Amino acid sequence: MNIDQKRRVESIIALSLSTLAALSGLFWLVFILGDVLVRGIGALKLALFLNDPTPAGVAGGGLRNAFIGQLMITGVATLIGVPIGVLGGTFLAEYARGTKLARSISILSDIMVSVPSIVVGTFIYAIMVKPIGHFNGWAGAAALAVIMIPVVLRTTEDMLSLVPWTLREAAFALGAPYYKVIIQVVYRGAATGILTGILLSIARVAGETAPLLFTSFNNSFMSTDMRGPLASLTASIFQYAMGPYEDWHVQAWGASFVITVFILLITIAGRLIIKWRYK
Amino acid sequence: MVDTVELQAKDLNFYYAGNVHSLKQVNVSAHKNAVTALIGPSGCGKTTLLRCFNRMHDLYPKNRYEGEILFEGRNILANDVDIIKLRSRIGMVFQKPTPFPMTIFDNISYGLKLNGISKRSEISERVEKALKNAALWDEVRDKLHVSAYDLSGGQQQRLVIARALAVEPHVLLFDEPTSALDPISTGKIEELIVQLKNNVSIIIVTHNMQQAARISDWTGFMMLGELIEFDKTDKMFTAPSEKLTEDYITGRFG
Repeated sequence: MNIDQKRRVESIIALSLSTLAALSGLFWLVFILGDVLVRGIGALKLALFLNDPTPAGVAGGGLRNAFIGQLMITGVATLIGVPIGVLGGTFLAEYARGTKLARSISILSDIMVSVPSIVVGTFIYAIMVKPIGHFNGWAGAAALAVIMIPVVLRTTEDMLSLVPWTLREAAFALGAPYYKVIIQVVYRGAATGILTGILLSIARVAGETAPLLFTSFNNSFMSTDMRGPLASLTASIFQYAMGPYEDWHVQAWGASFVITVFILLITIAGRLIIKWRYK
Repeated sequence: MVDTVELQAKDLNFYYAGNVHSLKQVNVSAHKNAVTALIGPSGCGKTTLLRCFNRMHDLYPKNRYEGEILFEGRNILANDVDIIKLRSRIGMVFQKPTPFPMTIFDNISYGLKLNGISKRSEISERVEKALKNAALWDEVRDKLHVSAYDLSGGQQQRLVIARALAVEPHVLLFDEPTSALDPISTGKIEELIVQLKNNVSIIIVTHNMQQAARISDWTGFMMLGELIEFDKTDKMFTAPSEKLTEDYITGRFG
């Protein structure tokens, strides 16, 4: 075999292996999404969105409480996490740029991004559930916010760092004070990137279950009281999927479908923004 | 033309990050309504000198000035100088065009708003005037509200000049404004600079000696942080007094 044939064979082997790996990854993805889609659509009924759960074992009912609880917890988490993340990222990229402090916080955030979410859940349990004595919605929102902050912070920092320095200098050269340079010029330059980071971080926390089980737990009744246990889609899916009733399983599929589509839409929106910005 | 001094550096020394001595005992004057060119090999300190005039170096920690720069009868290196106000009197145009990520109109109104002008009619008026002064009005009059990024590089550079002009500065600093542009855009910018000196005093750093010869009235030649020679451009390029200047201009080094 000459060197030319040898290279050809190597190329074919490499191509086959990588194609195989891609296909096997894709297979499970399509399998999971397809299953959620097929079973989920079948479970979609208006009652799922409009009715509250019936007592265990009684057929019918819906997950209205979980949809509302999920929106509340995710919404409050976003309200807490986004400003802290964006301002923190601004501090790192602008005011503390190049300092040891900034580098340490960046590295810590990177570690925080990969901390298992259940650790965050137990942490919030220790400081916001145990002392109060009962599960509560605020704790759930706080747990999700803690997961969100490092993601938003790092994206913001990276996106701000991508804005060229000459742009800041140009604004300074016109006589702008630093805070105006940041708000009016740098944020504009990085707006789409930061927005994408925010959307992806919402998508990330919207699918979290573990931290909620330790914090907001779940609630079989309709409640909008953040001071008490609050239902969420993910916790309901967990409970219903583990439960013994066929009706619960069907509803869990429906809820899985809704939350998957929700996350998918947010992610697609994020991608579209990037594409629209850099077309 | 009344030949008065607009900006004057006296025994100016500058240190980067506390100890890199980058400007050494520089004495130089920029005259009113004239174009002053700074030439010299890379790293000679001409951009460093330019950035002293609007105190751009203050943006970075530990930079240090010594000496004086006189402008409107005051030493602008003094600690109590309002840098923000100073920068609205002494504008700057950079090597690469630096349009802000906004519309053409907003790019120019930005500086006006910073200077406290909020009346809409006045802003539109001054935006138009600035664009006309920067010879860009005819090209953008129908698309004032599209993104400045949609303009060509040469147009962006003229937009940035318009933005600097809108706040009616007394001095405009140009840091190699054409080095990122094609020859035609360069020609337009050069023409513009020559016109602008009727309204503002101009200091321009350039790598291109022909450019300095074409557009400037005065030229300073710098090397290793020192101002070697400063004279009328005609004289500099025909009969320089220093051997170093002659060697540089005739292309023996640099």
